[in-house]
Amino acid sequence: MATLKVPVHVPSPSEDAEQLRKAFEGWGTNEQLIIDILAHRNAAQRNSIRKVYGEAYGEDLLKCLEKELTSDFERAVLLFTLDPAERDAHLANEATKKFTSSNWILMEIACSRSSHELLNVKRAYHARYKKSLEEDVAHHTTGEYRKLLVPLVSAFRYEGEEVNMTLAKSEAKILHDKISDKHYTDEEVIRIVSTRSKAQLNATLNHYNTSFGNAINKDLKADPSDEFLKLLRAVIKCLTTPEQYFEKVLRQAINKLGSDEWALTRVVTTRAEVDMVRIKEAYQRRNSIPLEQAIAKDTSGDYEKFLLALIGAGDA
Amino acid sequence: IGVDEKSLISILTNSNEEHKRSLRKGSSKLFIEDENGFERWDQSSIKILKHQFNRFRDAVVLSLLHPWERDARLIEKAIRKGPKHYNVIVEVACTRSSDQLLGARKAYHSLFHHSIEEHLTHIKGRERKLLVALVSAYRYEGTGVNEDVAKSESQILYEAINNGDKNKLLDHEDAIMILATRSKQHLQALYRHYSQSYDKNLAQDLEGEGILKDTVECLCTPQTYFTRVLEAAVKEDADEESKRALTRVIVTQKEQLVKEGFVPNKIQDILLGLYKDFMLASIASGDIK
Repeated sequence: MATLKVPVHVPSPSEDAEQLRKAFEGWGTNEQLIIDILAHRNAAQRNSIRKVYGEAYGEDLLKCLEKELTSDFERAVLLFTLDPAERDAHLANEATKKFTSSNWILMEIACSRSSHELLNVKRAYHARYKKSLEEDVAHHTTGEYRKLLVPLVSAFRYEGEEVNMTLAKSEAKILHDKISDKHYTDEEVIRIVSTRSKAQLNATLNHYNTSFGNAINKDLKADPSDEFLKLLRAVIKCLTTPEQYFEKVLRQAINKLGSDEWALTRVVTTRAEVDMVRIKEAYQRRNSIPLEQAIAKDTSGDYEKFLLALIGAGDA
Repeated sequence: IGVDEKSLISILTNSNEEHKRSLRKGSSKLFIEDENGFERWDQSSIKILKHQFNRFRDAVVLSLLHPWERDARLIEKAIRKGPKHYNVIVEVACTRSSDQLLGARKAYHSLFHHSIEEHLTHIKGRERKLLVALVSAYRYEGTGVNEDVAKSESQILYEAINNGDKNKLLDHEDAIMILATRSKQHLQALYRHYSQSYDKNLAQDLEGEGILKDTVECLCTPQTYFTRVLEAAVKEDADEESKRALTRVIVTQKEQLVKEGFVPNKIQDILLGLYKDFMLASIASGDIK
């Protein structure tokens, strides 16, 4: 469930556009006004505001935001204002570039979005980058990462809840056999993980646990320093319990572990309208303090205000 | 597609018993005098008649279905029927537009409660990798090709085909990635570079390589592929499968075929010929309007 708070009486897109224009004018920028508006509008509303702003003032709202804002706050506002599909396309494209490359972000997008969301991302990618997401991922990843990521990104999973228990059992066995032999990039492993529906995969992993005594991710920790295994474990988490995956990303970002620089911004802006409620719950359970508190401690200024607004702190 | 429906219907609906009996008596190819005093139908001729009607029925059904459902069913059937039919999967995956293929994938979800990729698991052979990759594609469809990349990728394919183990082509990761993710424009540019650099064309170099050749043809030179399929279907000794391919190709490609003024006269003649013969043989009297 989303944490984004939208006021009951929303001003029209032209009113919002006008207010935003005012926020840019004169000396300095009225950051509070920007937060009050953009952190309290849903995707459809933000798209309308952008459209109206462009028509009224002849400039792209995003370009204005880029000019006026700086640093973490700027990135958070830009990312959040984007339409979700465009946002993911932007993040994915960034993830294929040399200096910002990140297999993790590609995996995150491929595995935590629904089939239809992922489809929209691919369309947005065509429109914006004149290439397909699949070809850029294929071109810019190598070896075992490519073997895993291209199928993940190409998938159009069935989204129904039906589960075939016999299949779940047999595929749990296949996974167990391959993992015991350390054949982590075996075609069968990739096939199961990249084509099965999420419901089916869940059933398979439950069977795995029951039949073999360990959750699959425990068995995949055989070599704790193996980067590929880390990614594979994250794939499984993302597909079956995304809020746990995102909780961990947030935890590590806030505690400055790991090197995922923009993680906090990314997770908050991409999940505020999706499942931030459950992520917050997972965070509180795991860390014994509410996410709001952790973010308030770790960030400051307008950036902090924006993030807190997105995760539902304060009023609409 | 051949059966002269109008004439047939008018004959059958306007005839009384006397007339029908004289029709039967006059159609010595279809009906034989039985010793018990009735005109009995000849097994083998009626078999042909049924076949023609089946093909007509198949063509009608295929035409009526929404293209997405039609393609989903074609794929599902091909998976079930085995290796000789995998070219149909390649055909659908590679000759439809990106959105049409996507539609087929959605229809597949609705009809069969699985994704195509999942059902392709039933394929145990080496073709599976390529087929999964092709069916999962959502290719960019705009113009704008990086000629340098196209050239270097044509080199990769050349080396895979000529220097590597041809048997391992279906496992060649790079080749599969190129064929399954690049846009059709890009692949057509790659095809050109291949011919220019190596003096032979890519499809010819894949002669005998089954679905790999089909893939390249469908993506780069679809007319060649379709011509090949149609010609196999109109040969004297064409088998049932090839003939079914005729229906499939004509129904699914008719806009394309018409646009390119493509339907070879051969086909028109053969179709008309078959049904013309049939009509003449079954109706002795000359008063068909």
